[in-house]
This record gives sequence, C-alpha cells and structure tokens, in this order.
Amino acid sequence: MEVWALQLFNGLSLSSILLLTALGLALSFGLMNVINLAHGEFIMVGAYTTYALQQVASHYTGDPQAGVTFLIAIPASFITAAAAGYLVENTVIRFLYRRPLDTLLATWGVGLFLQQLARSIFGAPNVQVVAPAWLSSTVSITSGLLLPMKRIFIIGLVLACLGGLYWYMYRSNEGRRMRGVMQNREMAASLGVSTRRVDSFTFALGSGLAGVAGCALTLIGPIGPSLGTFYIVDAFIVVILGGLGQIPGTIMAALIIGILNTLFEFGTTAVVGKVLVFAMVILFLQWKPAGLMRARGR
Amino acid sequence: MVTATKASISRAIRTVAGPTRLGGVATDWIAPALVLAALLAAPLVLSDFRVALLGKFLTFAILAMSLNLIWGYAGMLSLGQGVFFGLGGYAMAMFLKLESVQGKLPDFMFWSGLTELPFFWAPFQYAWFAIPMTFIVPAALAGGLGYLVFRSRITGVYFALITQALALIVSILFIGQQPYTGGTNGITNYTTMFGFSINAPSTQVALYYATLAVLALTYLLCTWLIASRFGRLLVAMRDDENRVRFSGYNPAILKTIVFALSGGIAGIAGALFTPQVGIISPTMMGIVPSIEIAIWVAVGGRGVLLGAIVGAILVNGAKSGLSESFPAIWQYFLGLLFIGAVLVFPAGIMGLLRGEGWRRPEWLSVQQLRNGATRFIPGVSK
Amino acid sequence: MSVLSLPKAFGSFRFLSLSLLVSLGILLTVACGSEAPPAPPAAQQAPVAPGTVAESAPAAPVAEESDTIKVGILHSLSGTMSISETAVHDAELLAIEEINAAGGVMGKQLEVVIEDGASDWPTFAEKARKLLQEDEVAVVFGGWTSASRKAMLPVFEANNGLLFYPVQYEGLETSPNIFYTGATTNQQIVPAVEYLLEEGKTKFYLLGSDYVFPRTSNLIINKQLQAAGLEAVGEEYTPLGHTEYSTVIAKISSAEPDVVFNTLNGDSNVAFFKQLKDAGITAEDLPTISVSVAEEEITGIGADNITDHLVAWNYFQTTDTLENAKFVAAFQAKYGEHRVTDDPIEAGYFGVYLWKAAVEKAGSIDVAAVKEAAKGISFAAPGGAVTIHDTNQHVSKTVRIGKVRSDGQIDEIWNSGAPVAPDPYLDTYDWASGLRELAQAQ
Repeated sequence: MEVWALQLFNGLSLSSILLLTALGLALSFGLMNVINLAHGEFIMVGAYTTYALQQVASHYTGDPQAGVTFLIAIPASFITAAAAGYLVENTVIRFLYRRPLDTLLATWGVGLFLQQLARSIFGAPNVQVVAPAWLSSTVSITSGLLLPMKRIFIIGLVLACLGGLYWYMYRSNEGRRMRGVMQNREMAASLGVSTRRVDSFTFALGSGLAGVAGCALTLIGPIGPSLGTFYIVDAFIVVILGGLGQIPGTIMAALIIGILNTLFEFGTTAVVGKVLVFAMVILFLQWKPAGLMRARGR
Repeated sequence: MVTATKASISRAIRTVAGPTRLGGVATDWIAPALVLAALLAAPLVLSDFRVALLGKFLTFAILAMSLNLIWGYAGMLSLGQGVFFGLGGYAMAMFLKLESVQGKLPDFMFWSGLTELPFFWAPFQYAWFAIPMTFIVPAALAGGLGYLVFRSRITGVYFALITQALALIVSILFIGQQPYTGGTNGITNYTTMFGFSINAPSTQVALYYATLAVLALTYLLCTWLIASRFGRLLVAMRDDENRVRFSGYNPAILKTIVFALSGGIAGIAGALFTPQVGIISPTMMGIVPSIEIAIWVAVGGRGVLLGAIVGAILVNGAKSGLSESFPAIWQYFLGLLFIGAVLVFPAGIMGLLRGEGWRRPEWLSVQQLRNGATRFIPGVSK
Repeated sequence: MSVLSLPKAFGSFRFLSLSLLVSLGILLTVACGSEAPPAPPAAQQAPVAPGTVAESAPAAPVAEESDTIKVGILHSLSGTMSISETAVHDAELLAIEEINAAGGVMGKQLEVVIEDGASDWPTFAEKARKLLQEDEVAVVFGGWTSASRKAMLPVFEANNGLLFYPVQYEGLETSPNIFYTGATTNQQIVPAVEYLLEEGKTKFYLLGSDYVFPRTSNLIINKQLQAAGLEAVGEEYTPLGHTEYSTVIAKISSAEPDVVFNTLNGDSNVAFFKQLKDAGITAEDLPTISVSVAEEEITGIGADNITDHLVAWNYFQTTDTLENAKFVAAFQAKYGEHRVTDDPIEAGYFGVYLWKAAVEKAGSIDVAAVKEAAKGISFAAPGGAVTIHDTNQHVSKTVRIGKVRSDGQIDEIWNSGAPVAPDPYLDTYDWASGLRELAQAQ
C-alpha cells in the first residue's frame, strides 16, 4: 500500500517537473508557434544563475547553505533567463515568425552557442548547488512513507508558477494584450497594442519560466553545460500531447505522462517505461492529432 | 468529372514553374557535373585520410538528399532521418561483423550473455540478403509510420516532432538491446568486406567511388522523380494539399510512398557509411544527428537537389575543419553558422548562387502556415 | 498564388562561376584541415601553404630526423562526456609540459596535437585516423567511454598506432595497439565485491547505466556472487543521461538489499545520489559502492549528498605518497586551487610518463620497439608504483576502497597492500573460467 502511495507521489512529482520544464514551451511553442530547441539551454541558464548566486553569497556570508539565497535565486533565475530570452527573441526569433520550422534550426544553433558559453564560463565539469537545510528533510506521512521535502517544494513551485501565469494572462493588462494579440493580431494592432512588444514579452516570459525550472532542478539533478538536453524532448512531448495553445491541456498531459511513466517504470524497467510512454503518445496522436485539448476555432 | 479535374490540375502543375525547371540547364546539369568532376578528382589530390573523410561526407550527402526529397519537395520535415540512416548502417554492420567473426559469435553478444546467434542475425551473413535489407528495412519502417501519420493528416510541425520522438525511441531501444545491437558501443571492428581488408587504402578508395556512384545515381533518380508527374504532385501537395486531395488524389498514399523511398535512400547512405567509418552506433540515430541533417539541407538550399549535397559536404567539412583548428571552442562557430544560415540566407547556398540572396522561397512560409497550427502565429495576417 | 516565384533567368555566367567556386570550396574545406592546430612550436614537415591541396601528407614513415615528437590528445571537449574528459585532457597536458620543461623525450620536445572527440564515437574514429595518418603522431592519449575505445581500436590496429587509454573499464580486451593504464575488472570490481563479501554483505543490488561497462561488470559480479552461493536481489539499468531516480529508489527499497553496487555513469550519478538522500536513505541505512564516481564527480554530486558512501579505485587525491603531493600541487598550480585530482586523471598523467620511459628505453618512437621496451617498465606514479604487464599491456596497480568525506575527499579504508597484476580475462579466478574462451571466440 505504502509502496503504491509512494509511487503515486513519485508520479505527481515527475509530473510537476515535466510541467515546470514544459510551461515555458507551452507559451513559446503553443502560443507563438516557435519551436524553441534552446528551451533546454534557458533551463541551464536558470540553473547556473542559481549556482553563481550561491557562489557570490557564500563568498560574502561564508555559509554556502544560506537558506534565503535559494529563495532569492528563484526570481533571479527567472530574470536572467527572461533577459536571455528577450535578447534571443530580438536578435533571432523575430525574423522567423513566419517560418516555425526555421525557428527549430536557428534555436538549435542558439542552444549550441549557449552550451559552449556555459562551458567557457563555468568549465565543462558539473557544478554543485547546496540545497538549503530546510529543503533537505523528509516529511513522514506514515512510518514507511517518507516524502522528500524538495519534491513537495517543486510541486508547490509549479502551482505558484501556474497561479502567477493565470494572474498574468487573465488579470493583468499585459496579459490581456497578450491574449488579444494571440487571438487576433490585426485587431489588437489596430487598437493600439504594440504586437512586437507583446511577442518579445511572451517569449521572455516563456524563457523566464524555463529559468525557474532550472533553479528548481538544481535540487535534484546534475548541473552542467548539457543539462538542458536531458529535459527538452520530454517537455516537447508534454506540449504536443497537451495540444498547442492550451495551458490546461499541458497540465493534463504532464500529469498523464508523469504518472504513467512512473507506473510503467515500476512495473518494468526505466528503459521500457520510457519507450512505452512515447509509443503511447505517438499512438494517441494518431487518434487525436491535435492533442488532448483542441484549441477551439475562432 | 473527377478525371476532368485531374487532367486540369496536372495541366496546371505542368505549367507552374517547378523548382527543377528554374535553373534550366545550368542548375540541372552543369553545376552537378562540376561538382561531380571535383569529387571524381578528389582522390588524386587528397591524402588517404581526407579521401576517407570525404567519402563519409558523401554518405551524408546522400542522406541529405533523402531529406531534401521529402522536405524540399514534399514539404515534410522528418526529424527521424537519422533512424533510417542508422537502420541501413546496422544492416550493413551485421553483414560485415558476421564476415569478420567467421562463424563465431560476435564479441558483444558474448558479453551480454548470448550463447548463439539470434535467428534474425543469421541471414545477414549473406550479402544478397543484407544489402537489399539496407533499403528494405528503413523503407518499411518509414512506410509503416508514414501511413499511420499521414492517414491522420498529421503534417508540418507535428510530423517533425513525431519523427523526432521516433528517433528517441529507436535510439533508446538500440542502446537497451545490447545482446542484439551492441548497445551504446554499436557494432564495430570489422576486418574484411567481400574478402578485402576494410582498412586498406585501396578498399577505402573503392568505397569512396562506390559512394560517389550511388550519390550520382540517387541524384539522377531524384531528378527524374521530381520531373515526373509524381514529383509535380508532390510539389503541388506541398503548396496546397487540399487542392490535390479535391482533385481526386490521395495525399496520404503519395506521401507514404515518398517517405518510404526517402527512408530507403537514407538506409543506403547508412550502409555506405558503416564500412568507411568502421562503426555504426546509436549516436547516429538519436535526436542530434537528425536535426543536423536538416541543417545541412537548409544551408545547402531546400528544394534544390544539389543544395543538399553541397550543404552536407560544406557543413561537415566546416565541422571537421573547425574542430581540428579550434578543438575547445569550435561549437561557437557551428552555432553561429546555423543561426546565420537560417537568418541571413534562408534560401541556402544554392539560393545565393541563383541570386535570390536574402529572399526565402515562398513555399517555406506558405506551406508551414497551412500545415502548422496557424491560429496564433505572430506577424502573420490571415 | 504562385508556387515559387524565382527569377526566371539569371546570369548563367555568374551562376557557373559561383558553382565552380563552391566545388572548389568543398575540396578546400575538406583538405585544409591539415593546417596546424593551435599547438606549440615549429612545424617540422615540409611547409604546405594553407589551402593548397597537393601532397599535403604522403604516407611517409616518421623516421625523418626532427627536433620535436608529435603526440596526440583525443578526448571529448564538447558534448555530454566533456564533464569528465576535460580534466584528463588537462592532466595529460600537464605531464607533457613537465616533460618538455625537463628536456623532453630523448632530447626532443613534445608537440601536442589536440582533437575533440565530441562525445560521439564515429568522431573518435575519425579524429584517431586523422591523428595517425595526417599528423603522424607517435602516440595518442585519449578516450574515456568503452564505446569510444571500441570505435578507435580498429583504427589504431589498422594504422599500427599507439593508444594510451586512461580509464577503468570492463576488461575482456587486449589490443596489441592499446596500453590500458586504468584498472581492469580484477583491479577494481572483483576486489570490491570480495571486500563487500568479507564485510558480511549478502544482498547486492546492481544498478547501472544501460551500456557495455555496467552490463559486463554485472555479468562478472553475478558470476562472482554465484561462486559465493549468493544471488543479486535486483539488477536495474537506466538510460544514459537519466535524471529521474525516485522510482528506481523505490524499487531498491522494496528489494531490501544491504549494499548497492553502482555502475551508473556521469550525470546520472548526480541525480541518483541527490534523490537517494532526499528519500531519507543515508549511507548508514544502505551503503553504496561506486566504481565510476571519483573526486571530480563528487564535486558535481555535492559531497554532502554522498558522504560515507564507498568508492573503489586505484588512486585518491588523498593517497599518501611523495609523488602524489607533487602531482596535486602541480595540477592545482596550473589549473587552480579548486581543482581536484582523481583516478582517471592520475592514470592519464602517468600514462604519458610510462610512454616516455618506454620510448627512452627503446631509443625510438617506432611502435614495435616501444611496445617491446614497455614490457615490465615501471614508474613511480602518484598512486604508487605502476608496472606494465609483460603480455597484456595493462598495468599492475594497487586497489583501494575509500569512504567519501564531507569535504568531497576520500578516505582510504582498505587497500590491496601491493600492486595487483592485471588479469583482463580473469584467468586466475575459477568462477570466471570460460570467459577467455568466449571472449576470444571473436
């Protein structure tokens, strides 16, 4: 029983990680139709921001575990990655909006460049971020069921991101403009919305969310120049299964893939589990090519 | 009624300037002839190593052409082309390995606990079986997958990403099935091919010319295909699939056929790659190589057959040259090259040559708009 | 809507001349890689103007007199494996610099040609061929993964080159053109299992990445356990680069082993150890022993995540020898105080010196002469004396088992006392009988 409860929790946790990495893509790919293969590298930017911040903090405080540093690192990662995204949007992506498949090629180049940049700045070997003490504990539900605090934190972080995104898209003026532009570009433009600005902001927001994911992933995964490559494909699969332009679909897809993957892996092996999940996604798309949730027509 | 429409559309297709007609004699024959002459002469002036390297690039050129066929002409970007290449390569590797071990068990099988040759390996000891298989296996996989996908009218970005998932699945499977595939190591260490020492310079030069011959044949085949009614239908489909469908053709079947053919050609490229490089491994089938293939084609020029060849050779040449000269930082240049290729000369090198310069072929945006999820594309008025 | 509105006619002269340029460009790109990489001093070959194609490298023997000896270094400087391989590349460069500063080999300076294997096995084969055929290097130091070695092996055998391979590996191989300076199975895995058995461990869980080293290691471990009347309680492989271990950890927990034998590779170790600790499992509850986690990897894992877990190697940074003190000081002086040394780094380092000793004994860089001279040659390496075996070209070295400290260094808790002779086919172990016959069936 406890084993299954733990597996359910593991599934949820994997879902939350998938969602965190896919949320930014759901914006750039789902809403803007940009196939951003450098998304993984924005995750890496977030992770290295956290690392750099901790290095600076421990230099001044002498305490590498300074618990507050990690909390500051979350917005810092968001801002750095968003800035990087803003830069990339303005130098590369903006010329390619009419050509989604070309964004794939160009962002692949951006990804290579960023990876090499990380290697030049931080060195090729993995670096380490010390998790704050308050995250390094476990919560015991029953005597045999221990849930890692970090995993619970990441689930909370995803919920916070979703909440923030909801607020931004549906409650803020910027978000209204964004939705307006995505729904009807000419109409929005003729009403005085700067569509260029909205495009830049949306892409930067997506990149910033990748940065947050990178910050969270320092808790549980490796931190190195090729860190992004471990997550990018899974994130794309989530967005495709969810359906383009559909944040609720993305959430559902992350939940389904996360839980199924964990169950399959528990029943078979990690390799077979992964292959099974991908095969199922492909078969599902045969049946419903537009994904779980279809964007309703205009 | 239907026949009348069919006739009219094919007349329309014939009158439309397809890409092959544009350059006329210059693009179709003279430029390729120049490239061919340069490639024919290469072994006379290059060292053994450079010839072997160029031979490898030629297999990549065949591979790029297979992608150009479906992407440049039929408008479907496959990010699983590396899988078909790899399958062809593996089929050839099985043959070479069995010839090299001379009736004994290949080493990796032993490490993985096998005591006898798996049944599906056995026929690969015969060239008459193995060599056709380098075409048939990838073509069958591409055809099967293609039929499923195209029947569901999956196109554009979705098709690209589904084929990418295929690359991931197949490479994970090949790594996981070490007893049968050699796992991560792949299959390596062949000694002979048809009794000739595989590493001897003369064998390598022979393989080089064989590859060149296959490249030339593939080029001719593709040229013929594209000029044919079938090819014009492909272009018509790329530009407006619905019109083709309404004219009574079945796009799913057309696409399946061309995708299978493309997969088969990629497989042959893989079969030529294996003996020249001396190894085939799952790294060739993963996601990264498949994206790189797309970049070769983009750099060379989509929708121009020769573009794929030029792009594959130039990009790989640059990759080798840069990594030899700047081993620590060459990836900067590669990254910038890809960005530049897409941003600065979207029509590729062949586009530059034709004086198109900065302009991108119109179909690139038209087709992508129609096939992708197009509702929210920024910067596009509908 | 037009299909493709390209200019109907364009200057065909311009087109022709441009396409001619492209064809030439193709040849040049391929040919001009032979321009010297950013390596030290004067090229000794007949000067070839950059870009000229003709006769860039006839396959003349290297016998000509020159005042430098070319050596190659071939590691992954980009891609996923660069996290481990760059440090070995650094150590080899250090050794070469030291040798040059001390007067070189036979009075000749070493000239380094560096190539990037890019974590891609066919690239390793390509670059190895380039080093041997184009640069005509006397020796190559390089490789990390078994796959990269397997890819290079036929190239070295066909071109009669010399490779020094610095990483512990799965054994069952003796190429006449490769010197194996890392441990083979009987110098790392087999003694590690023996140690655990002596410590009273009976329930082994085997966890590895899905590739040849873990699979072969576990094949051997399973045989060894059988001989002791035991059976592994679980065996699990995860894809390379896997980063989600909560399910694997749940499986391990329910199998209730008393030790995990860990053959995970690279990044996966980071995820595994972080997540093991998060699950509330400490080294006290469930010790693990790792054979691919050294000081360098511990830096990335975070020492606090792996404290008190065991590792098996032939060398630790803390190994107490005079040579090691000098080596660590030199390494940190060159690359920074924060850098650590570890087993593969040390093996890369002393490999260069072993080759130097063999060349000087042979009085030539000729491969056959060097191989002959190398037999039984010894060097006082940082980890203790190493000696090249007479027949199998591996080195004998001391086996060490250590416990990770909270500062990321490793305390030795057991060693084999004396260097252990390499036995790549495990001929001297009864339970492994038949391995050689099967392995050499090839």
